[in-house]
Amino acid sequence: MTYDLKMQIWRGDSSGGGLVDFTVPVEDGEVVLDAVHHVQALRAGDLSVRWNCKAGKCGSCSAEINGKPRLMCMSRLSEYPQDEVITITPMRAFPVIRDLVTDVSFNYVKAAQVPSFSPSAEQPQAPFRMQQVDVERSQEFRKCIECFLCQNTCHVIRDHEDNKEAFSGPRFFIRYAELEMHPNDGLDRRRLVQDERGLGMCNITKCCTEVCPEHIKITDNAIIPMKERVVDVKYDPVRFLGRRKGAKKA
Amino acid sequence: MSDYERHSYDVVVVGAGGAGLRAAIAAHEAGAKTAVICKSLLGKAHTVMAEGGIAAAMGNVYSDDNWKVHFRDTMRGGKLLNHWRMAELHAKEAPERVWELEQWGALFDRTPEGLISQRDFGGHRYARLAHVGDRTGLEMIRTLQQRTVELGVDVFMECTVTHLLKDRERVSGAFGYWRESGRFVVFDAPSIVLATGGIGKSWKVTSNSWEYTGDGLALALRAGASLINMEFVQFHPTGMVWPPSVRGILVTESVRGDGGVLRNSEGQRFMYNYIPEFFKAETSDSEAEGDRWYTDKTNNRRPAELLPRDEVARAINNEIKEGRGSPHGGVFLDIASRRTPEFIQKRLPSMYHQFKELADVDITKEPMEIGPTCHYVMGGVEVDPDSAGSKVPGLYAAGEVAGGMHGANRLGGNSLGDLLVFGKRAGEYAAEYAAGLGRDRPEIAEPDVEAASSVALAPFASDGGENPYTVHQALQEVMQDLVGIIRNEAELTSAIEKVGELEERISRVSVEGHRQYNPGWHLAIDLHNMLLVSESVAKAALERTESRGGHTRDDYPMTDYDFWGKRNLIVELGGDGHATIRQQPLPEPPPELAALLEEQH
Repeated sequence: MTYDLKMQIWRGDSSGGGLVDFTVPVEDGEVVLDAVHHVQALRAGDLSVRWNCKAGKCGSCSAEINGKPRLMCMSRLSEYPQDEVITITPMRAFPVIRDLVTDVSFNYVKAAQVPSFSPSAEQPQAPFRMQQVDVERSQEFRKCIECFLCQNTCHVIRDHEDNKEAFSGPRFFIRYAELEMHPNDGLDRRRLVQDERGLGMCNITKCCTEVCPEHIKITDNAIIPMKERVVDVKYDPVRFLGRRKGAKKA
Repeated sequence: MSDYERHSYDVVVVGAGGAGLRAAIAAHEAGAKTAVICKSLLGKAHTVMAEGGIAAAMGNVYSDDNWKVHFRDTMRGGKLLNHWRMAELHAKEAPERVWELEQWGALFDRTPEGLISQRDFGGHRYARLAHVGDRTGLEMIRTLQQRTVELGVDVFMECTVTHLLKDRERVSGAFGYWRESGRFVVFDAPSIVLATGGIGKSWKVTSNSWEYTGDGLALALRAGASLINMEFVQFHPTGMVWPPSVRGILVTESVRGDGGVLRNSEGQRFMYNYIPEFFKAETSDSEAEGDRWYTDKTNNRRPAELLPRDEVARAINNEIKEGRGSPHGGVFLDIASRRTPEFIQKRLPSMYHQFKELADVDITKEPMEIGPTCHYVMGGVEVDPDSAGSKVPGLYAAGEVAGGMHGANRLGGNSLGDLLVFGKRAGEYAAEYAAGLGRDRPEIAEPDVEAASSVALAPFASDGGENPYTVHQALQEVMQDLVGIIRNEAELTSAIEKVGELEERISRVSVEGHRQYNPGWHLAIDLHNMLLVSESVAKAALERTESRGGHTRDDYPMTDYDFWGKRNLIVELGGDGHATIRQQPLPEPPPELAALLEEQH
């Protein structure tokens, strides 16, 4: 069945902008990204939007739908009453480039600061022997599709631009947790993540977990265990003496 | 002209999927000053969509597996039209490339012994695909992305290359624009590696994203390189069919590899009616034998659902055509009745998620509705197997954009291996070539830059012309209706005519707005590439008067071993700017490899 969908889409650039009304024909079973594509094809060919896979796997089409951070490709129109106006705005924590496209370079800067995987002295060369049960914890975090919705929603930076310098954000706390829990990683990044990446600024309100389209338990499985492990290294005199990993596993 | 930014590198890699990133890592490690350019953000390339796994004969699950069996499976799956040397290199080197990913931090699923687990897939004799649930491509791209960043390779994100530049016969650089600002950028580089992926966006029902517009193929043709095997396009048997907005989205072959079966509206496992002579000896002849194979591969043969993709796609197409399809025009893919919900959720988490959220279907309780979707082009830039070099000095190609490795049909799992093996080779040889030039580096001619910039700006020159989105839809309809799974002379001839008409419409495209992040403009530029590639596919398909792999002609339904079995089709750019086709003898494998192809297992 086809019906006319009323939408308001934020249009503008770094100098300013506002909501613009569009009405486009949509079909049952379509998602918000389809509606945006109809706007491009029929009403505004130059409407800026990022997208790639259209299947929730690449994390490109992040935006705020009626104020809620979501992937447009995974938001079905059937979730919204047909007579309701749907409002789409760009992610708020990042500077607008144009329309729904934001400057997410903050995340790439933080990514480059992560000391990468470094095999342990016990197994320096692949193929490694690792048990499924031991890789699973890190595998959960490697499901991350880098949509940056968690970064966008995190109140530490959402309304506090000045915190960005010292805060890597939930996406990178799960990256540090992934490396920390990798069964064959030999580097200790616990002091780094606490002292220089802002782990301590997170007060575990779980906003990030709520918006994760991959349903990664960011707070419970990554941030809280990391905070506990940081306590271990900072206040345990025995561990403090031997900084390399190995004995640290919980 | 307007000012532009200028950069100088030894090696410029166009594309940041698996092949591009692996090439960039290799070129950087070989000492070349290297840059990667990609149309999207880093980490969003199409590789992310690959689900099943990386085929590599590591022998972790079946110790009988080795490169020779993998080579044989690849060649037979490709209906023997593969370049034997590429299939050989791929089979030999894939295991090393997988272990390398593990060395860089990838976390594959494990066997009980703690090694990398390997799963079953169509056309592979043994469980061979290294995997992470059903999100292997994501793991691969993230690992390569993190490695690229760690090494400090320069990445130009959201930057599109529209022209390759040459100094006489040699490549001298590339011209493109920043999507964000619309400003132009010129790269001086004696070596260019094309890693731009495929062409699926010219079809209506496709698993491919907006990026898959055949840019690398068109760039290569215009630079004087040749394409090979362009008539072979893979329609993946299992794409979603409902709801309409997700039509074409991939449903991984792992569903069948892990025990799922195909049924028609009468509940029949119809694949048992479609086992071709070529695969009879290695395919089970009863459902019971097929079911036993999952746990005992020594005494049983593969289920018919795990025939190569071309066979399965044609069978599904036929069931639908003969009226035994599902309510939304597909057939049923059933794993719910065959495996426990726990097993399904563990092995196929993204499929569970995808169907639950996009189609309201719980795949642990009910069958999926699926149908064929345009997925992959076997054809591509004709390259030297060892170096990945095209016939243009300094121009290399790796991954889906390159041709020859997969012959007439690609086996599932062989794409990710291809990206790694030939990505690395392309990067290394591109670096070596650049280093060998010394001071004799090619130079960019300023008039060529001027010309490239005026072509790119043409869509802004007029008002009220054709809408690029409308023309794109028209092209998709032509290719879907006339150059699909089943082809014939009348339809292909008509397709070539219609593509010609679209060329005229594309020349009249105009776009609204300005140059900053303007998707209408970007599409207007990409359309030229889609058109040239579509013409290449249609013309090659018309020329090959037989059926083989990803090319089926209902007017020539038989495979012709004597004539077409010994020939490749080569596409080149004629003086009039159109694709021309010529035949070329197929390279023959040396006797010791040819003998492997005859071996029965």
